[in-house]
Order: sequence, then C-alpha cells, then structure tokens
Amino acid sequence: MSKKVSVATCSLAGCFGCHMSLLDIDERILDLLQLVEFNRSPINDIKHIEGMADVGLIEGGVCNAENFHVLKEFREHCKILVSMGECAITGGIPSMRNHFTLKDCLEEGYIRGVGIENAHIPNDPEIPLLTDKVYPCHEVVKIDYFLPGCPPSADAIWHFLTELIAGRDPSLPTELIKYD
Amino acid sequence: MSSTKLSHLEVVRPIVEKYAKDPNALLQILIEVQEILHCVPKDVQDYISKELFGKSRVRVPAVISFYSFLSEQYLGEYVVHFADNIIEQMLGNRELAARLCSKLGVKIGKVRNDGRVSVHFTSCIGMSDQAPAILVNGRTIPKLTPEKVDVIAQSITAQMPVERWPESLFVVEDNIRRSDVLFRRKIEPGSAIKACLDRAKAAHAPVALDEQLSPLPSDSDKTGLDHAAQETLAEMYRSDLRGRGGAGFKAAIKWETARDKKGSSRYVLCNADEGEPGTFKDRVLLQNYADMVFEGMTVCGFTIKAKLGILYIRGEYRYMKEHLDAVLQKRREQNLLGEHILGSPFSFDIKIHWGAGAYVCGMETAMIESIEGKRGSPRKRWPLPVEWGYKGQPTVVNNVETYAGAAIVAVRGGSWFAQHGTMQSTGTKLFCVSGDCERPGIYEYPFGVSIREVLRDCGARNTQAVQISGPSGMMLPESEFDRLLAFEDVPSVGTVMIFDKSRDMFDVLHNFAKFFQHESCGLCTPCRVGTTLLVNILDKFKKGQGSALDLEEIKNISQLLKTFSHCGLGQTAQAPFMDALQKFRPIFDKRLKSKEFIPAFSLNAALEEARQLTGRTDPGAFIHEDIAEPAH
Repeated sequence: MSKKVSVATCSLAGCFGCHMSLLDIDERILDLLQLVEFNRSPINDIKHIEGMADVGLIEGGVCNAENFHVLKEFREHCKILVSMGECAITGGIPSMRNHFTLKDCLEEGYIRGVGIENAHIPNDPEIPLLTDKVYPCHEVVKIDYFLPGCPPSADAIWHFLTELIAGRDPSLPTELIKYD
Repeated sequence: MSSTKLSHLEVVRPIVEKYAKDPNALLQILIEVQEILHCVPKDVQDYISKELFGKSRVRVPAVISFYSFLSEQYLGEYVVHFADNIIEQMLGNRELAARLCSKLGVKIGKVRNDGRVSVHFTSCIGMSDQAPAILVNGRTIPKLTPEKVDVIAQSITAQMPVERWPESLFVVEDNIRRSDVLFRRKIEPGSAIKACLDRAKAAHAPVALDEQLSPLPSDSDKTGLDHAAQETLAEMYRSDLRGRGGAGFKAAIKWETARDKKGSSRYVLCNADEGEPGTFKDRVLLQNYADMVFEGMTVCGFTIKAKLGILYIRGEYRYMKEHLDAVLQKRREQNLLGEHILGSPFSFDIKIHWGAGAYVCGMETAMIESIEGKRGSPRKRWPLPVEWGYKGQPTVVNNVETYAGAAIVAVRGGSWFAQHGTMQSTGTKLFCVSGDCERPGIYEYPFGVSIREVLRDCGARNTQAVQISGPSGMMLPESEFDRLLAFEDVPSVGTVMIFDKSRDMFDVLHNFAKFFQHESCGLCTPCRVGTTLLVNILDKFKKGQGSALDLEEIKNISQLLKTFSHCGLGQTAQAPFMDALQKFRPIFDKRLKSKEFIPAFSLNAALEEARQLTGRTDPGAFIHEDIAEPAH
C-alpha cells in the first residue's frame, strides 16, 4: 500500500463543532486511519505541522493574531487547504461582531457588563490580540476547497476526504448539502 | 416653489383621481408626486395605498425603493443628478460635481441642512455626445462647463425657479453627423398607415369610408383589413427587419406570433428605456422623428390587431414630455390615432408610460412589469411577451428604431428596404458615437460598416479600444477594428464608445462593473452577489493588492453570472470582464502584486484598534508579514 496521506486540522474562531462532526464518522475513523495519518491536530494534540501535510482542514475564521499565524503555517505547510464549515467559509457566528466596533464589543464584555469588578480590557501579552473584524479564511490565504455545513455532517466530511484521497472530484452530492 | 404651500393631500388627490385609482398607474402617480414634492412621504404613500390597493401597504414602498428617481426622503427644492458613466468621467464630471458641491456647501448624496438642495450621481442619462450632462429637477443640462456650474450654483443660491434659468442651459443638440435611409427620407405623417389601408382597398372589398362608418361591418374580412394586415406582414418578412435593441430578433416573426396567439386584446409596446450607457439614438429619434416611430407602432397595431400602443420612455428624457404629448395630440387631430383611423374601421391609440431610473427596465419583461405599475423585476423568460405580455395578453415589444424602420418598410416596401445593409442585417443602423473623437453624435450607416470607417468619419485618433453596444457589449482592441457592425459579426444596439491611448481600460472596466452592481435588481442571488464580488476584486486591484488567484476568481464568478442569472443583466454583466481578460490583459498584469494570493487588507492594520484599546506594544501585538504563499 502506498504512503498514507498526511492530514492536519485546526480550529480557529470556531466552536469545535466541525471537529466533533469529524469524530462523528464513528467506527469509520478506523477505516480512515488506514488511509491517513493525522499530522498536527487537536485530536492528537500535536502543536505544529511536522514536515509537510497533504491536506489541511481549517475550522473557524480569523479573529485574532494567533489565528493568522496558525492559518499561515497551514498554508505554508499543506498542499491542499480546506475551509471546513460555516465559520471558516463566511466568518459564521463569531463574525456577528462585525456589525459593531471592537471597542463596543470589549467594553460591553469587560467594562459595562453586569457584576464586573476591577473593570478593564485584558491586555496580557499571553492573550492573542483581536482583529478589528472576523475574516473568512479565503480572504486571508488561498483556500483550495470549501466544505460547507454548520457543521458539515460526518457523512459530508467522510465523503469529501475519501473522494479527495482517492483522487476524485470531492464535490458533495445534493443530499449532503441539503439542510432542510 | 409654490407647490410646497399645498398640503400633501391636496397634491396627491388630483393625481390619483386623474389616473382613476388604477393600480397599473402606480408608477406614473408616484413620478408625478415626486416631481412636485421632491419625495413621496409616508402619509402620501398611505393615501395612495388605501386608494389603489385597499388594505395592502407593501406595493407602494416596494415600488419607491426600486426606482432610483423616487425617494421617501425629501431631496430638496433643487435635485441635481450628475451622469456618471465612463464618458462623463473622462470629460471631468467628477471635478464639476466637486465644484458645484463646494459652491453650494453640500455633500454628494446628502441633502443640505436647510433642505434646499442635494447633488447625486446617476447612471448614463443619454447625453454622451454632449457630456458632461446633468439633470436638475428632471430637466437636462448638457455640455456642462465650470462657468455653467457657477451659473447653476448662483441660481440655486438665489432660489430662482428652474423654469426661469437661462434657456441656453437646456439646449440639447441632435448632433446628426451622417444620414442615410432613415434620416434622409423623413416620411409624411400618415403615409405608412395610408399605405397599409391602401392594401386593404386593393383587396376585394373597399374600406368602409366615412359615409359608411355606421354601422361598421362586424366581420372585418369584408373590409379587407385582414388581407391588408397579411400584406403588411408579408412586406415585413420581405424587409427582413431585425430588432434594433441589440438582440436582432426578426420583427416579422414577433408580429406574426403575437397576432396568432389567443388573447382578449393585443398590445404594441415601444421600448425607449435606452439605459445602456453611451446610447442616445432613441432620444434623437423621438426628438426629431417621433411621428415616424408612432407611425411604425400604428402599423404594428394594424398588423397584429391591437388597439393600444404604449411608449415606455426613461425618466431621464422627461424634458421631452411636452413635445411627445403634442405630437400624439396632433396625430389624434389628424385622425392618425384614435377611433376609425383615416376613416377606416381600424382604431388605435398610443399612450406614454414614464420610467424612473432603472436600467433593468430595458429588459422587455421588466418593462412590462413596470408598465403594470410594479417593481421592474424581469419575468421568467417563458412564456415570451408575444404570448403573455402586458396584462397577460399577446404583446409585441420592439425598440424605437425598429418601429421607425417598420414605418419605412410600410411606405417603401420590404424589398426596397432589404436592398440596404448586408445579407443577414438589412437596412441601416443608428450608431451613437461618443468618447475620444472630434465629432461625437449620431451616425447612420447601412449595416456592415467597419469599425475603422466609423472611427475615421468621427475623427478618432490614437484609438486604443472601442466598446460596442455599451457595457454589456464587446470591448475591442485595435486589431479588431476591421470587424463589421452587423448581426453576423459585431451585433449591437448602436453604441460606440471610443477610448484613445491615454485612457486606462482598467478605469473603464471598473466603471462598467460598478454600473452593473448598481443596476442589478437584486431578484436573483448570482447577479446581486456576483456583480458586487466583481467590483470588490477590481477594488483590490486598484489598491495594488491583485493576485493571480483573483483573476481566476473573476473567471469563476463570470461563468456563474453567465450561467445562473435570471435575466440578461446578470448574464451580460461579465462580458466586459471576459473581454478585458482576453484582450487587455496588461491592465491586470501591471497591477498584479502576487502570483498567488494576498489579502485585500493589512492584517497588521486589522490589529490596530485592539492595540489602542489594550495599549499593548509587545511583539505579539504586531504582524509583520501578511502574505502566506501556498506550499508547492
């Protein structure tokens, strides 16, 4: 059997729902592991991509400086980069803050909110600095594929990955992108 | 303005009564209200809703929000619209607008605090041969100069009514530079109808003449009218006259289909929406040859057995209202319209329906919706208007120039007409020449003239490119100037915009893209979103942030627009992009920053607000390198 496909994943400004959905492929994950090995991923807690990955799955959009650095690392070390789920593709729920200024958001949370003591906007260098708006991944780096859904269903992720690995067009059939 | 003393109700009630509370007249009512009040306020909307639609309150605001010349907000005593197509921009309209704004102390798109004046940009107003041009309270002022701007600013400051401004400001020229069959042989009013009726006389039975009018023969066969209509149609077939609106569909086929479809009545619509930037031939035709156009409509009515014709004319030509009303009135007096035309059993009348600033209404089905007093959203393509048009009845929609041609065919015969032009494009065509040339204006040529010949005749030098048929048409470089203007080679509505070598075709494309974005009616997602995405990509290039991936994206979006848009607007909105990519590639290449992809914004700048809020200056608070190139 040929070399296994290396897959890296990450969650930026997302809710980990897409990763949950990935795990929802249930026992098929054993079949998947016959085809792929996981590179950097929250699933195995590897922090940086080792060498080059064949496929990178991005969950979530870009809402802070750290998200950008991770996304940049993925772009530079993945042959194929995939925006997985609503937030990566459009900014999703986190981007609802784009209708307000960052100042309003932070003051609402840390200054004006109910029951706040010692009110101030957190400024510890350990905390990634927020961007003015939440950006979908394809506005920051080149994205090769978009895997839609909130989250994409386990079947959609399974179909996408297995087709891609088999070297076929990974377009999703209608039943996998029909949500009602 | 004396009218402001009237209460809103006093203004609107007579207008609503005049139109007999007809829901189909909604747009006409709103236009007249807007003209007097310079807005359609809420209380007026409520009144109109109640009178026209009873309980439903959605139609009126829906229509107001659709047409750019209607507004709920008060626009001021003086409302100025600057035409903003690429030709006007090349001739300095932006500078003139800035000058006027600074003289008046007003911001573009905003009403001045004292409510006296507002200044706006609008699409082409059909004056590209005498640009820059503006509309002031609906009246056209062409050939604007800094001096004229100063006069206008003074007049507004002095609160002088527009009617008392110097007449010289409002002189619209015809600029007819070359005449052929159509312009040279002005036909006598009534001659085309007479020719049709004579064919009836020549048939076995005489036409009922005046003394025989009462009672009319109920069976029209006895009058020979059927036979004559058949003969007229045969002449139209012989002429092979093709639609002048750009698509070139054969008029005779359209007429015959409408005639043969079942319906309780039939309608003749004339499309004078002429919204394609750089086009102004219909304006010149209606200004000088209105009789001929109405004559052609009447011939069509005669042929398809219609009783009513409607001229749909764009709001930008409102200054022609009195003239057109007068021509129609005169024709009624001459018995060329109305009951028993020229003593025959044939009755036909024409009314005028005004548009209010919506390019998409040039699409025939959108136009029909607009005439029915609705938002001008295009209908589904099938059934076609010849089967299911105005009020659901068989309807012929032709261009102004097509009807003028039909009048000529009726008088001179189809074979004579077909001698002109080329095999597949008979007759002559009016070309609207504008841009970088010595003599912009209207040129009538037989079909088949080469672009090079047109350029030579109008005194164009150092020409880099021509845009044929407006933004939705073709962008052609010098290597294609020997191509022929005819349906078999370069089809067009007749627009020829000329750009010399000093122009940056990127600016041209950018202008076109913004035009389509603004004019998309919003009904279907591919067009509404696609046109905006295309503008965003060009904005990116303009900032010098363009990348090869963006060019790919232009192709993808263009393909999507072309394939999935609901109507021709979206389908053709991508045309200038595809032409530019294929034929003017350097305008993109010289703006390419990256072979791969770079963001349209600076990540580091996106952190600035948070840096300010937190006061952080540590290394993690900055991003030094924005670009991530894909791995290979």
